[in-house]
Amino acid sequence: MGGLLGKVKSPLARRRIQNFIGNRRAHISLYIFIALFIITVFAEFVANDKPLLVRYESKFYFPIFKDYLETEFGGDIEIEAEYRDPYIQELIYEKGWIVWPVIRFKYDTIDYELEVPAPSSPSRSHWLGTDDGGHDVVALIIYGFRISVLFGIVLTIFSTIIGIIAGAVQGYFGGLVDLIFQRFIEMWASLPSLYLIIIITSIIEPTFGLLLVILLLFRWLSLVGVVRAEFLRVRNFEFVKAARALGVSNVTIIFRHILPNAMVSTFTFLPFILNGSIIALTSLDFLGLGLPPGSPSLGRLLAQGKANLQAPWLGVTSFVVLSVMLSLLIFIGEGIRDAFDPRRQLA
Amino acid sequence: MEPLVEVRNLKKWFMTGKSQFGKKEILLAVDDVSFSINRGEVLGLVGESGCGKTTCGKVILRIYDPTSGKIMFNGKDITDLNRRLMEPYRKRMMIIYQDPFGSLDPRMTIGKAIAEPMIVHRIVEKKDRRNRVIEIMNHVGLIPDQIDRYPHEFSGGQRQRIGIARALATNPDFIVADESVSALDVSIQAQIINLLQDLQKEFKITLLFIAHDLSVIKHISDRVAVMYLGKIVEMASKHDLFGEARHPYTQALLSAIPVPDPKQRKKGKILMGDVPSPINPPSGCRFHPRCPSKMDICDKEVPELREIVPGHFTACYLYD
Repeated sequence: MGGLLGKVKSPLARRRIQNFIGNRRAHISLYIFIALFIITVFAEFVANDKPLLVRYESKFYFPIFKDYLETEFGGDIEIEAEYRDPYIQELIYEKGWIVWPVIRFKYDTIDYELEVPAPSSPSRSHWLGTDDGGHDVVALIIYGFRISVLFGIVLTIFSTIIGIIAGAVQGYFGGLVDLIFQRFIEMWASLPSLYLIIIITSIIEPTFGLLLVILLLFRWLSLVGVVRAEFLRVRNFEFVKAARALGVSNVTIIFRHILPNAMVSTFTFLPFILNGSIIALTSLDFLGLGLPPGSPSLGRLLAQGKANLQAPWLGVTSFVVLSVMLSLLIFIGEGIRDAFDPRRQLA
Repeated sequence: MEPLVEVRNLKKWFMTGKSQFGKKEILLAVDDVSFSINRGEVLGLVGESGCGKTTCGKVILRIYDPTSGKIMFNGKDITDLNRRLMEPYRKRMMIIYQDPFGSLDPRMTIGKAIAEPMIVHRIVEKKDRRNRVIEIMNHVGLIPDQIDRYPHEFSGGQRQRIGIARALATNPDFIVADESVSALDVSIQAQIINLLQDLQKEFKITLLFIAHDLSVIKHISDRVAVMYLGKIVEMASKHDLFGEARHPYTQALLSAIPVPDPKQRKKGKILMGDVPSPINPPSGCRFHPRCPSKMDICDKEVPELREIVPGHFTACYLYD
């Protein structure tokens, strides 16, 4: 991160980065999280039931990017090559070689060669065992981590944008606007969101996008209160009045003067909102109301752990993964929050 | 000399919250004040806290809208101009605030803070802005290297210099200095006052200097107006006012200035009681409950501000 520091010109940004680096726990967490995230973003290259590279008759094949027919490798039938099939493997090894990913299963690969009934315990081929459908747990975790984090980030971004705008309008204009808006929010917040989600998902098959919209309907509220309170506080500061006396427009005052001053406490909430978003998705999945069946999901893995108490690796794994992920995010969030505090001395 | 700023019968009343029985109370912050400030002149406005001097300054700048009365700037009535029409005047009249800590955005570098008036009023082109800011910083005694620092890295006196730099950014004709030194240490006060005085002479700025400290006022002002409970009770040149105060309130104020001589006995009058509330001001002359020379007429009729000696105005029945 020292290299990054050299390129940043603005002294403020420099100081924030320095502050962040000064916070060991935060920036180590960031490294770990980035590493995990990069691994999972390229999940297809880490855990897949197709080889990364096939060399056959002095030609290269990239099964991850392109589907090949069995006949290309000397098979009999014109169907897509099933690389896990020992017969196909034998054919290829005769005239070439195969480079496999680290984990030879995708999240939806069913291992038919288990020696014990699924869920099978950790073994050499399945490092963390399989779930009750014969899916590899490591592959499930890698894909589940990715979908959880992406979902959480997208949901956080949207709910933050909506929450900041709503809170800013309420807090800045105050008075009647605030009063009416606040009553609306109280009514909205008292809707039983879980029931509504159950009803909606029972009518429409939930997809990633739809789930996002449904959760957004209720989660944007989480920031409104903080932003509103911050705006109510900051708008009475002398420097805001000074800006107004100078003839600065309302929108400019909101963005140039109040928002930066309201951002610190907003930032303190961001990691919690991100965590909350991930937990929301996980709990819906746990209840079976979340992502469509067949998607990799930590929540569903957790539910399997509950259903299969005789297979503790399921519950323990999903618990450890969830708590590590959420803790890392919290540590990073704390570091960012502290780095943005202008009164904090250089660490 | 022609007046640059003139106010006539200026009133600013605030509606305070409802009292227990739903009756709205009116706070007479500025009650029928008239005066004018000549071009290039420094008018000191002095009074106890809560007497309406700050409100008066802010009404002149149209930060508050007056309840009634007229504000003239450069011969033009600006009392009822709307936001858009007011804009050309805003850059010609600026304010230096009292609190050097609260009046600067803590998340804006001082370079940006000083440039903000230029941006708002679109007077300096973007590429020249930074140079102009550096120029102003030099004028007010700030080190240009500090342009990218944040307000919390500065001392009170330096911040007040930043406040002054902000006010100077648009090359204004008129500046209201609202208790601009009262939040500072005495030693720093002197620096800032001298700075203001130098800048005022250099740029020929007309200054309304609001303060409650008579010695500060005496140092910087050409003329002095004394306010008591929303009204001007005496207005005269600095020399006349400090030499020969007419109004009993001014006399009392002057006798309260500490003298740096331990042997000298305190003479003169010490005022009894507190300033009455501006929500229910006393009838007649506002000062009568505390006045040592109170007469019968004083609680019945309001004395007008009259010129008793050329250039010396007093609102008191003693000089009828």
